[in-house]
This record gives sequence, structure tokens and C-alpha cells, in this order.
Amino acid sequence: MPKLPAPPVPAPLKAPPPRPGKGNGATGPLDHAASAGITVVDWVDERTSLSGAARWMLFRKVPKGTNWFYALGSATMFAFLNQAVTGVFLAMYYRPDASGGAYESIRYVTNNVFLGQFVRGMHKWGSSVMVVLVFLHMGRTFFFGAYKYPRELNWVIGVVLLILTMAMSFTGYLLPFDQRAYWATQVGVNINGTGPLLGPYLSNFLLGGSEFGATTLSRFYAIHMLLLPGLIAALIGAHLYLVAKLGTTAPPWKKADKPQALRETEV
Amino acid sequence: MSDKHAKHKPKYTLERQIPGAFEGETITRRRFMTGTAHGAGAIAASAFLLPALGFAIGPIFKSDPKRWEVVGTVDEFPDNNYIPVVLTLAPGIGEAGKTTVYMRKFNPEIDTDPYDKNTPYIAISSRCAHVGCPVRWVDASERFICPCHGGVYDLLGRRVGGPPVRPLDRFYTRVTGENVEVGPRFSVNSQLRHFSPRLPGEPLDGIGQYLYPSTPGQKI
Repeated sequence: MPKLPAPPVPAPLKAPPPRPGKGNGATGPLDHAASAGITVVDWVDERTSLSGAARWMLFRKVPKGTNWFYALGSATMFAFLNQAVTGVFLAMYYRPDASGGAYESIRYVTNNVFLGQFVRGMHKWGSSVMVVLVFLHMGRTFFFGAYKYPRELNWVIGVVLLILTMAMSFTGYLLPFDQRAYWATQVGVNINGTGPLLGPYLSNFLLGGSEFGATTLSRFYAIHMLLLPGLIAALIGAHLYLVAKLGTTAPPWKKADKPQALRETEV
Repeated sequence: MSDKHAKHKPKYTLERQIPGAFEGETITRRRFMTGTAHGAGAIAASAFLLPALGFAIGPIFKSDPKRWEVVGTVDEFPDNNYIPVVLTLAPGIGEAGKTTVYMRKFNPEIDTDPYDKNTPYIAISSRCAHVGCPVRWVDASERFICPCHGGVYDLLGRRVGGPPVRPLDRFYTRVTGENVEVGPRFSVNSQLRHFSPRLPGEPLDGIGQYLYPSTPGQKI
């Protein structure tokens, strides 16, 4: 540990220097304060062994040629985290009341709450950003061949996450409860109904009845803020676990290095 | 290959070298204990999962109450043109629960289809049969026109152009004294035969009526 500068105290008042072999060099309260962080981390780690997991997750070997395209997955995750955090704060003001309260609460957030328009804008535009990033990430995985053995399961989880993201967009679109939200949801629910045999039941499940009714909005709200975020967070966890376990792939234009012995014989 | 796929396995867990085995424990006993633990967990989980699931999908199986609403008096509606009226489909949620219905008196010269007998008034739903946008009656061209994707319907609500898969829905009507009342919705196929209401986008001609069953909430 680097030594802290000594406080300007007259020599007679200074504490005597520690005898050799005594203590750890940490004597004054400043030294203790400086090592407090390490002490806390040590205390937690001794009881959880979390540092091993953190090392396993963060200090992985990555192949040569790893580039900025590999950041698209993390970017998608941060877009989701942005949606989660801004969504929690929007929920503090939102009222899922179909008889006008929903629209009024959104209007209040936009016009009256400090930074309300900004946070709502982050949530609204962030949703589009997340969908775009999901597709870019999917394209990267596809064109780099990163979906092949042994990573097929991670591709499947990713596809489920894509569908859940779409479901988030669909359910979130109704919540402002303006004309566009209302009619877009009517259209979306009716498109769900065009699936044969089960389609009509799916539509009725979404509407909470056979017509757009009193519980449709609160149903969409509960799916949007409770059910789907939980599923997405859990699946992101599984997705990340598999990435850490299986490692990332090299870009397709990178050829494998020849073994040392082979290189020597060629020279 | 490990010995767990062997044909003849010893009866005792100790002999099969299962971790945690103890003297005299048989594989049946171990399996029974494992099954009991799993079963108890499954019962505990279904104790909250099943009611919650039933709660969530319950509305699918609930039938809607039949509602009749007065929309005007008998001499308010002509027999050759439509008058829009506002009908409440879902009470208690204000504008979101309302819809526009186009009303016209029954006219034996226009309404020649056999299914339209006994209907004092023709009430055409403004919900487009494509994906449910609101259609508008355009008097000059005598057409219902949908603003979203260009569905066009004639005076009787039959499709004449665009993507809709069946005619516009209708509502039952009746006259009580001087008042005209509008009741439950019903859907029609291209011959204007009556069906329990379907959602938009669900065809009713040919195999369509079987592929898109009316759900319990819609049955009339």
C-alpha cells in the first residue's frame, strides 16, 4: 500500500514510529480508512467466495481479433438496464386507469415532473434502441457463425429474448393510452387473433375478455412491468452464463495459429 | 460406459456406490424418498401456480352479459342512409369502452338477403373486419372506408375492396315503444349469414368458421 503523507504535526506530538515487526504498517486512522474498502471486500469474500465467480466472469480469455462488434451484446444489456431503471421511476407516477387517468398521469410526467420528459424520453427512445441493438447483435452472431456448436442453446435463448423484447414493445405501446396507443393495440391484438384455432383465445387472454375492457390496460401494465422484465432478466443471466462458460468465437476471417512445431518445420 | 446402464444392478445403494449410501438402504427406499420430496415440492408449487394461472386465463371462459342500449327514437333513422350513434361496449372506462355504430332503418328493397328478416333496424359496426380500425361511412360514394389499410365496404357492409376478410359486423336491434335499442354484436359471412361474433381478421367463409371458433365470451 502506498504511504499516505504525514499530517503536519510538530515533532514532539507525533506518535512514535512502530517497532519493526509490529503491525502491518497500518497505524493511524488514515491508514485504517484507506484500507477500509479492502477490509470490507475481504470480509464479504471470506463468507461468499464471490471473487472467484467475478474472476471467472470477468477475466476470461478472448480470441484474437475480438473487435467492437462484440460489444453489441453488452450494449443490448445496457439498453435493457436503462429501460429497467427508467421504467421503475416512471412507475412511480403511472396510473393504469383506462377512464382517462393513464393518459393524465403520462401528461403529468411529461409536463410537470422535474426531468419527467427526459426520463420518459429515455424510456420511449430506449425501447427502439434496444430493438435495433438486439437485431444488430443477432446479425453479428449470425454472420460471425457464433451460433454453431456448442453455442446453439445460447442462440435459442437469444431468440426467446428477442420475442420477449417484442412483447415488451407491444405491451408498452398501449400504456400512454392516447389514440395511437389504443388503435395500435386494437390492431395488434386482432393480428394475434388471426392465428387459427388458438388465435381467438390468445386475443381474449390479452384483452382480459372478448372486448377491450376495464382490465385490458392493467393487464398490459402488469405483463409489461412485472412478468416480462423478470423473464428477460433471468434469461439474460442464462445467456451471460453460457457466454462465460463457452467463451466467445474468433471472427471468421481469423485463421487458427499453426502449432509451434509445425511453424518451425516450415522455416 | 458407466455401470448405471448395466442390465442387472444390485439392490443396495451401498453396492452401487451411490454417494451418501448407507448400510441396508435399498434403491427402492431411496427412490421413494426422492419421489416424496419432489412430489411435496410439486404440490407446494401448484398450490400457488394453478390458482394464479386460472385467475389469468379465467376471462377467456367468462361469457359477457347481454346489454341493450337505447340509441334513439324510431323516426330518427332514414332507410337509405346511415346515422352514426355511439354505443358503450365496456362500461366504466369512458371513451375507451365506446364504439361508433352506423344505424339505418330496414329497407326491403335493399336488404333482400334472407338472413335479414325480423330486423327492424340495420346496425353496422364501425370496426373494420381487417384488423379493427374504425371505418367511416362516406355518403358521397355510399361506401364504408377504413383509413388504416384501405378496406372498402358497400351499403350493406359487404367487402368490395382492400384486405378485409368478411363483411362488417352488425348488432342486433329491437324497438321498445318509441325507442330503438342496440344489443349484442354478431358477425356475418359474405352471404350475410349470422355467426357468433368473431374478432377482425377471422374469415367466416368455408373453413374459416371452423378455424376461428367464437370464444365463450363472444357466444350469443
